[in-house]
Amino acid sequence: MDLQSTILSKLTSGMPTPMRLRDLIRQIRAARTAADERAVIQKECAYIRSTFREEDNVWRCRNVAKLLYIHMLGYPSHFGQLECLKLIASPRFTDKRIGYLGAMLLLDERQDVHLLITNSLKNDLNSQTQFVVGLALCALGAICSPEMSRDLGGEVERLMKSSNTYIKKKAALCAARIIRKVPEFIEMFLPAVRTLLTEKNHAVLITGITLMIEMSERSPDALSYFKKHNEMVPNLVRILKNLIMAGYSPEHDVSGVSDPFLQIKILRLLRLLGRNDAEASEAMNDILAQVATNTEGSKNVGNAILYETVISIMDIKSESGLRVLAINILGRFLLNMDKNIRYVALTTLLKTVQADYNTVQRHRNTIVECLKDPDVSIRKKAMELCFALINSTNIRSMTKELISFLEKADPEFKSICSSNLCICAEKYAPGSKWHIDTMIKVLTTAGNYVRDDVVGNLIQLISDTNELHSYAVQQLWKHLKGDLETKQPLVQVSMWALGEYADLLNDISLETNAEESFESFEEGTVVEFCEKILNSNLMNIVTKEYTLTALIKLTVRFPSQASRIKPIIDSYGCHMNVEIQQRSVEFSTLFSKHDELRPSLFDRMPPMKSSSEKKEKVQNEALDINELNGDIDSGHVNESHKAQEYSAALLDLLGDPVPITNHDRTEEPKLNNVNNNVLDLLGVIDVNPPNAVNNSQMLPNVDINSSNLLSLVGSNVQTNSNFFDGLGSQKTKEIPSITAFDKNGLKIVFDFEKAVDVPNTVTITLTATNASDFHINDFLFQAAVPKTFQLQMLTPSSTVIPAKNSGCLQQVLRVTNPNKSQLRMRIRLSYEYNGTQKLEQSEINNFPPDIWQ
Amino acid sequence: MMNFMLLFSRQGKLRLQKWFVAYPEKVKRKVTRELITIVLSRKPKHCSFIDWKDMKIVYKRYASLYFLCAIEENDNELLCLELIHRYVELLDKYFGSVCELDIIFNFEKAYFILDEFMLGGEIQETSKKSVLKAIAAQDLMQEEETPQGFFEDHGLG
Repeated sequence: MDLQSTILSKLTSGMPTPMRLRDLIRQIRAARTAADERAVIQKECAYIRSTFREEDNVWRCRNVAKLLYIHMLGYPSHFGQLECLKLIASPRFTDKRIGYLGAMLLLDERQDVHLLITNSLKNDLNSQTQFVVGLALCALGAICSPEMSRDLGGEVERLMKSSNTYIKKKAALCAARIIRKVPEFIEMFLPAVRTLLTEKNHAVLITGITLMIEMSERSPDALSYFKKHNEMVPNLVRILKNLIMAGYSPEHDVSGVSDPFLQIKILRLLRLLGRNDAEASEAMNDILAQVATNTEGSKNVGNAILYETVISIMDIKSESGLRVLAINILGRFLLNMDKNIRYVALTTLLKTVQADYNTVQRHRNTIVECLKDPDVSIRKKAMELCFALINSTNIRSMTKELISFLEKADPEFKSICSSNLCICAEKYAPGSKWHIDTMIKVLTTAGNYVRDDVVGNLIQLISDTNELHSYAVQQLWKHLKGDLETKQPLVQVSMWALGEYADLLNDISLETNAEESFESFEEGTVVEFCEKILNSNLMNIVTKEYTLTALIKLTVRFPSQASRIKPIIDSYGCHMNVEIQQRSVEFSTLFSKHDELRPSLFDRMPPMKSSSEKKEKVQNEALDINELNGDIDSGHVNESHKAQEYSAALLDLLGDPVPITNHDRTEEPKLNNVNNNVLDLLGVIDVNPPNAVNNSQMLPNVDINSSNLLSLVGSNVQTNSNFFDGLGSQKTKEIPSITAFDKNGLKIVFDFEKAVDVPNTVTITLTATNASDFHINDFLFQAAVPKTFQLQMLTPSSTVIPAKNSGCLQQVLRVTNPNKSQLRMRIRLSYEYNGTQKLEQSEINNFPPDIWQ
Repeated sequence: MMNFMLLFSRQGKLRLQKWFVAYPEKVKRKVTRELITIVLSRKPKHCSFIDWKDMKIVYKRYASLYFLCAIEENDNELLCLELIHRYVELLDKYFGSVCELDIIFNFEKAYFILDEFMLGGEIQETSKKSVLKAIAAQDLMQEEETPQGFFEDHGLG
């Protein structure tokens, strides 16, 4: 025998018999330490490699099998890929079996050995042995690259028509995979698939239906083809009916249910056929009702079928009675002892809440109970569903429940829950007082997990409601207790409110209840408190910025404290952080040089009105149920709060650069003018082209604005003389923008600004947008310029560029060019896109000459 | 459609991995590690489902072994539990009260059984009998071509 002689020759040639798979596994399991294990595996891998090199045909199968075990342990095993192909080409069944297994494990779609395997597959698909054809179909279904699909689609179609059910079922599923990769093949498979429905064999039926589902989901043409064949729905109904009516058949029975796998596939195809089709829906109403009432829900398998039935009922144009039945099944699910069933009920209710809002409302109490479930998966679903159920009639009670949920919620939920609470409160608030109370509660409970936009929103809200100014400031003051460093957003809002309305803290005229003992307070305590916040190491810079601005306003609210506040502000003139330093220096100047301006400058701000149109947009977007259901990604939220941020940015401008403008207008420093001036300021200097304030996060954005201002003002804050004098000549030259980068939807535009009095420096505002379907995350922009230039890059507004142009990222670069030479720049972009890391490089040579002339 | 199936022990050791969707090797490792950690950190009384990326993870523990499947948005989680159970039944029938060691030492058989039960992430055979019959027939073919008597351990050993 051929084989025997080869073995003999191997034995005599001194090549040792390779270790058996079983022995290798034993050895590996016996290893006491990870290092031991590595040693065993390295030794064996070295040996296996050497046999591969020697083209040893006899033991190849065993060696590849060992390699597969090693592969599962996570060790590199790519060198076995070609060996698998050789095994597949071998005539022995054992070799083929292991070879195909290896190919499925070691190769994936991305391998270039595909051409080789495609040939072997083609041969085996034509084999006379059904099991060889089976192996080949199985491997094709697992690897299934687009090229392979194109090459072998015809073979698969032929096998689908085979008379052998073993081959037929496998070919049908292969076809389902192929059309995922090559949708134009759908047409080719259409005639063959219909005949599969006439089979008796369950395996052929289920695989045929799977293929039809796949086709209908992918191609409307295929769906209408199936619909056109009138017998389709009655046929499916008949199969399903036979299944539920048939007596016990041991072969397909699962705890008393006849072939649940097939039943569920049929229900799913019926759903696709009945969607938006009254006639087809009518034809399946009866059977759906029958399944829904006859299936027993005491076991998981019965519930699986009920669950699928409910989804189908909700999806097609079913009778209203049937829909009530479906929702009631879900209601029963909610009370089920089995957690899995409860979870499924919540998920399904979430899907149907839009269509059957009132019916779902009936189960609200049960859903609220699920917020207290020990299982995080269930709590998450319950939370999403609760937000979908909030309306103006139940907002008070639901908010109460959700706030107590927020208290105990895991950190991962706190930010989404608080954001959603704010959105709902904004939409359904029964009154401003309630709204303010709720927002303060959210801030107190969620602490630092609150998203930045909430701070801006609440400030806006307080500012808007004139009659509640003193109430709001008193409430906030009362809540400033405990671990404030974990509640910085609360501190920020409070600081803003104290700055504006601290003098109202004593205003008892309000509807303060007599029994509510009003905390007596002294002006000094407020200042002391601010000082404490400023000195704390645990407070972040943004909080300190708010506090510093509050302090300067307090000098006007409490004139008696001015002398005490001045040294505090002065002491931050040499702070490490530029922004704080700048504020401090500017405020100090106001004390000394322009003291007479101070009271009018820091007079109370007029209510901030956001354009109602934008506000509407915020609400529409924010209350889109889908968004509530899914994770609201921050990019989106940020965008929807454009309006607020815009005013927040204005607010900040008011805090800082007002003195600048008022320099020319000393005569009439009236309140309203202050506001106009700020707008003037924006107009003149044009730091903010309207889109500059959009979807970036509020605070970094503020930084950009102020630093831009700073640079235009003369880039020299410390020299006070220069500071104000430079202002007269604030003019910028118009320089055309350029597109620095545009590829795969990612577009980067440079806007240039150049102050006349600092001709060597150009400020580049980079705006990155993303037209593709996925968000770009972890965006990092790096740039290099020739040595004669100096490049300064400020923090970007965020690291995320939202998809579909729904927002942008901004970053400011400042290039100083003392030699006035031509500017060139090399840029590097790294980011994460749809799960993969990308790196792009490019060079920009098309800078407009204006920037260096 | 199922995207992948993983079997792992309570100690977090991978025992079987079946990928129905092509991922790069590196991603497979990362996904495996991440999911094993998530599942092992869950308590027994927790439900069997996890929302993970755009997939639904369904898992169930049988003795010392966890069976985990990643299915798509439209798939039926409860049925997936039945599917896992069916696979366990098949293993049990084939090995005769299966235990983790059977799967460690005969991992290739576990793959063969899975490949007769599912294909391309979809269930291909709902009859237990048919699956086991196909496996037995193929095992027999393997035995027949191994030269008996001359070299006992010629197969995988």
